[in-house]
Amino acid sequence: MKYLDGFRDPDAARFLRRRLEAAAARLAQAGRSVRLMEVCGTHTMAIARHGLRDFLSDNVSLCSGPGCPVCVTDAGYIDAALELARRGVTIATFGDLVRVPGSSATLAEARAEGARVVVCYSPAEALALARAPGAPEVVFLGVGFETTVAPLALLLRSAVAAGATRFSMLAALKTVPRALAALAEDPEVGVNGFLCPAHVSAVIGAAAYEPLVERYRIPCTIAGFEPLDILFGLVDLLEQLADGRACVVNQYTRVVRPEGNRKAQAAIAEMLEPVDAAWRGLGVIPGSGLAIRERFAAFDAERRHGVAVRPGRPAPGCRCGDVLKGKILPDACPMFGGACTPEHPVGPCMVSGEGSCAAHYKYAR
Amino acid sequence: MKLVSVGADGTGVAEVAGARYDVQLGLLEDAAVGDYVIVHAGYAIEKLDGAEAEERLALFAEMARRERDGSG
Repeated sequence: MKYLDGFRDPDAARFLRRRLEAAAARLAQAGRSVRLMEVCGTHTMAIARHGLRDFLSDNVSLCSGPGCPVCVTDAGYIDAALELARRGVTIATFGDLVRVPGSSATLAEARAEGARVVVCYSPAEALALARAPGAPEVVFLGVGFETTVAPLALLLRSAVAAGATRFSMLAALKTVPRALAALAEDPEVGVNGFLCPAHVSAVIGAAAYEPLVERYRIPCTIAGFEPLDILFGLVDLLEQLADGRACVVNQYTRVVRPEGNRKAQAAIAEMLEPVDAAWRGLGVIPGSGLAIRERFAAFDAERRHGVAVRPGRPAPGCRCGDVLKGKILPDACPMFGGACTPEHPVGPCMVSGEGSCAAHYKYAR
Repeated sequence: MKLVSVGADGTGVAEVAGARYDVQLGLLEDAAVGDYVIVHAGYAIEKLDGAEAEERLALFAEMARRERDGSG
């Protein structure tokens, strides 16, 4: 474990803390309070686990953005999956989605009542299930950002190549830069800098944030997941703001290239096309989703099974939407820790292991 | 995760902390035994650049040294 120790050295953390405080002090002298946003569920968990918010001065806040794919998925998507399950289709899904409430039920509840819901670690298992002898009709719940979109594009290509006849995907795939643009434009959110996701950036490349920086003059720094990576990322964002700079800075060069993973991008472009997408809390963002291309319609669960994803009804009183926009911290929701806990979640931010509310509940209470 | 075998069919086996996992390698331009890969949902999405990792570790080590020396 020597390799990881180097990314967690307490002396280096103290060094970075002093730089963080110095930059915050420069901003304070200029009378400025700034708001940073991390937009990756894995960053959210790491920041909570390592207590990194405690390192921030009073004039610096760090909020969580819409970085958890399960959390931003609209309740109506779960409703469509439940409709498919009711029709006898086998639903294959990542585990955290089964406990996310739709408008009236969860997939876990449907499973308890006899629906066939199979949890997969890898989506490749879902295709294998659909291709086994005597296989059932299988729908994989394709939910995720670019990190997941790339594997799912490859999986779709495999399904097409194999001529799979009992496999399709219900797609709720989303792209991060469009959501960041929507947040940068929203005066209610008032974000001054983005701590950009690590593995999404590995797929799309550091250059994907350039238009955002040019248009909104907002610093974008890509950081890895280790504590020193995150601290250094925050230092960079504050120093950019204190200097009056706004650039894309890639601090995760051990994985992220400027151009990203071209082969993954090609697979995505081949199988999927941009569409408008509904984000829980953010509403519909034009061009921020990816749908299965028309020529692969047989693999698109909506077209194959004639189901439509319509806007759902979130649970009354649930403030996941405001948490996802960074407008409130999780404990400002009246249900947090009382009516809504990881054991009995009301909203998706408490369900997912990457959700802001789950992270806050586990580490920050 | 470190790749310990690469098959002809675009799959391989990766190891971390003594545990082995099947990984799909179809998103990588090239993958060879001994490469460290970032794996998401059973798919390798990128390779780890060892030289860049070493450089970053050296930078953090230098920060730690300066902190201990009080020369920050």
